[in-house]
Amino acid sequence: MSTIKIKDHCDLFLEPEYQAQFERKKEFENPWPADKVKEVSEWTKTEEYKELNFARQNIKINPAKACQPLGAVFCASGFDGSMPFVQGAQGCVAYFRSHLSRHFKEPFAAISTSMTEDAAVFGGLNNMLEGLENTYALYKPKMIAVSTTCMAEVIGDDLNSYIKTAREKGVIPQELPVPFAHTPSFVGSHIVGYDNMLKGILKTLSEGKKGESNGKINIIPGFDTYTGNYHEIKRLMAMMGVEFTLLADVSETFDSPNTGEYKLYPGGTPIPEAMDAVNAIGTIALQKYSTVKTMDYIQKEWGQKTLTLSPIGIRNTDAFFEELSKLTGKPVPAAIEAERGRAVDAMVDSHPYVHGKRFALVGDPDILLGMMSLIMEMGGEPVHIICTNGDKHFEAEANELLASSPFGVNGKVYTGKDMWHMRSLLFTEPVDILIGNSYAKFLTRDTGTPLIRIGFPLFDRHHLHRYPVIGYQGALNLVTLIVNNVLDEMDRKTMDTTSFDVIR
Amino acid sequence: MSTAIKDTQKMIEEILDAYPEKSKKDRAKHLAANDPSGQCSACQVKSNVKSRPGVMTVRGCAYAGAKGVVWGPVKDQITISHGPVGCGQYSWWSRRNYYNGQTGIDTFGTMHITTDFQEKNIVYGGDKGLDLALHELKGLFPLANGIGILSECPVGLIGDDIEAVSKRVEKEFKYPIVPVRCEGFRGVSQSLGHHIANDTIKDYVLGKGKLETSTPYDVALIGDYNIGGDAWASRKILEEMGLRVISQYTGDATINEIGIATKAKLNLIHCYRSMNYICRHMEEEYGIPWMEFNFFGPTKTYDSIRKIAAKFDEKIQKNAEAVIAKYKPVMDKIIEQYRAKLEGKKVMLYVGGLRPRHTIGAYEDLGMEVVASGYEFGHSDDYKRTYPEMKEGAVIMDDATLYELEEFTRRLKPDMVGSGIKEKYSYHKLGVPFRQMHSWDYSGPYHGFDGFPVFARDMDMTVNSPTWSLIRRKK
Repeated sequence: MSTIKIKDHCDLFLEPEYQAQFERKKEFENPWPADKVKEVSEWTKTEEYKELNFARQNIKINPAKACQPLGAVFCASGFDGSMPFVQGAQGCVAYFRSHLSRHFKEPFAAISTSMTEDAAVFGGLNNMLEGLENTYALYKPKMIAVSTTCMAEVIGDDLNSYIKTAREKGVIPQELPVPFAHTPSFVGSHIVGYDNMLKGILKTLSEGKKGESNGKINIIPGFDTYTGNYHEIKRLMAMMGVEFTLLADVSETFDSPNTGEYKLYPGGTPIPEAMDAVNAIGTIALQKYSTVKTMDYIQKEWGQKTLTLSPIGIRNTDAFFEELSKLTGKPVPAAIEAERGRAVDAMVDSHPYVHGKRFALVGDPDILLGMMSLIMEMGGEPVHIICTNGDKHFEAEANELLASSPFGVNGKVYTGKDMWHMRSLLFTEPVDILIGNSYAKFLTRDTGTPLIRIGFPLFDRHHLHRYPVIGYQGALNLVTLIVNNVLDEMDRKTMDTTSFDVIR
Repeated sequence: MSTAIKDTQKMIEEILDAYPEKSKKDRAKHLAANDPSGQCSACQVKSNVKSRPGVMTVRGCAYAGAKGVVWGPVKDQITISHGPVGCGQYSWWSRRNYYNGQTGIDTFGTMHITTDFQEKNIVYGGDKGLDLALHELKGLFPLANGIGILSECPVGLIGDDIEAVSKRVEKEFKYPIVPVRCEGFRGVSQSLGHHIANDTIKDYVLGKGKLETSTPYDVALIGDYNIGGDAWASRKILEEMGLRVISQYTGDATINEIGIATKAKLNLIHCYRSMNYICRHMEEEYGIPWMEFNFFGPTKTYDSIRKIAAKFDEKIQKNAEAVIAKYKPVMDKIIEQYRAKLEGKKVMLYVGGLRPRHTIGAYEDLGMEVVASGYEFGHSDDYKRTYPEMKEGAVIMDDATLYELEEFTRRLKPDMVGSGIKEKYSYHKLGVPFRQMHSWDYSGPYHGFDGFPVFARDMDMTVNSPTWSLIRRKK
């Protein structure tokens, strides 16, 4: 039996009968004349349009940021047996779960208290009480980590007193940890939500736990959506022989092995370990802008030495190991030094394809800083840097980084701007390569700038988040990704020319 | 009461045992054994009421229904997510409402445009900023034919008057500025958002379009969101029948198309849940009859084609038979190609809108049986339409929770599950074949004669993937 070749959306609508249908449909659409569309399209590529675009103050178009509670539920899921629990309207939680599942291709459980009009009038106490009771009965968590949507924040729900009431009324056991964080979505972004939630969790778990030093160090990954990074940091710590606690370890949450079993709580930092984090000798954060308040709290309240070291790129990783070595007194083993050598060797080999290339970057502050550094280490030039959720501290740090290298001379940092601003920049001052999340693909379609997908969310490519981007191994992965994208692009461009080389 | 119904009821009772008393009592009303005859009163599920806090409902909110479902796909309108940044971010081009046009120039479907509320907007209100935002958008996108303002939670809580802003600016711009009060805390699910969006279509757009000529064969295709090109595949059939589709919404729709919808002789509605309101309105106000149809799977499609044709003259009825005759051999071949591999397989569905009932026939065409089905945000009229489609004793679920879905799966042992992205990966972990049936798992179209082959192919690859056999289970 001959099988029928099945055409799906990729091929089907290119068929003449569909193309004819689309033409017929225009009779009813009342479309603009084609030349008018072309004229406006060309105008959007001009300097004049760019100025108009950059003059806007009241509307964001394709922003690269999410809201606080997304970061909060992400963080909350990094503790063993912990259920992220969001006080507010229920649609938000449906969105967080979908968003994270689309990126990681993993299940993500989180609870909503499903507040509606009556809660808007009377407050959300009843929702909180019933929500906690149901959650505890059905999903048997070891911890319930509460954050808020903008609804609960606008009406002023008092989490602290609500949770106290819940204990008094006996809807949850006295000993169940229920940390909380107020995470209004109209302040900051997902990275701030992460920070607030982590601080809330550590504050609750460390209460009354201060004791003898445990000799360990704490590591906080930050809002890091590369599960490969979590595995990598554990591997590197083992190589260093450093005892450590990874705080908010989402590696199992978002990268659990398939065993034919669905585990609601596949892993995460064990609660007793998190409770003991207060007794570490120091804490290292691998991201700065998603851990500002947490690190401040650890330094002031726990009295620990705190370091923020984001090991993306060679020099940043060098600094990480140097400081780690100082903090722990452990030397960097030869095997790690060999990894450095291999990563550097790869960068030396690949540099001709990156040197002098102009890059545009959009993303979260910490990943941007790391990528800028790595690109400049290879002789690439960061030109347009857009950080929708960057603050003035980030702007100063990014500018300082650009100033530190001759390859940063053409770089300009834009905070609070979005991908529609980037579109203008890519037309008026074109670059060779764009780095950003999956939504940046629309910029590729409009401007022809090839996209390398680094950051969050990555919806349209699979498994990229499984490969580390931190440490020397991470640098090697990034170099491989970047150089081969450049080479793919070169092949596409030279397909019909003599330059279609087989050895590059 | 039959044994099949009794057995299912027993299973439901066991599952409900884990709930605290209050929630148990409530959830019991939402789970039932199917009785196709409608005789058993205990078999009717309760629906469209509040979800219990803390149970992990799958439901979304009014904004998701209004922005994500109804207004979002209208292509030449700019849709503003009015409020904080998150809602627009998470619903950004996730429903795959395909459209033709140049994005950012004459169409705006894949864009995320938001007033990005900050604390000052909460304290001082967002109306002034909204007014300025509208003007900035007008400057940057001169070919937009309308702007929708889709409210997020804070807008309704701080007492902003977006209607006043809209009215003022509409006079100036001379195109529809549509304030949509779809704050996420309103109602109990996406469903109220659909209704609110329908009402704004009625108030701001309907009856305002331009159409030069009319024919006796003018129809509107309503409640098709063109997911993966669904509406185009449906439209193809209607056009081949000799009908003139003057208005298709909201998938690939323009403001003008919705504006001229009142000139249709018949309204054809696919997703009853999300757009029955506008059909009822047009029936009352304009005397336009409407009918539901189902273009999933050949059996239901043939049936629907004939029912639609029966509303017209002999010419259309003859065309209808010709269309069926043209495609039937291809459909038969597809069934022949896939049925042997899918025969007898059990399916569990938990989705929204029209899918929990409309896709049953397509599965049956492939020899598969839907043993459980449920709606995230259905109403009693949806369930009434569902009972006769399913076997006695099948499970009917309303607003199911993660816990219930897992328990039903364990007990019913379906060969595949069709649900959403939030459910997808837990089923992958369980090793239960799964298809994301909200946006066709990034495939499609699934409607009509061009859609069914894709549907059949996808269900086969889901059920019969060799990857499931690689999973090594603990003994």
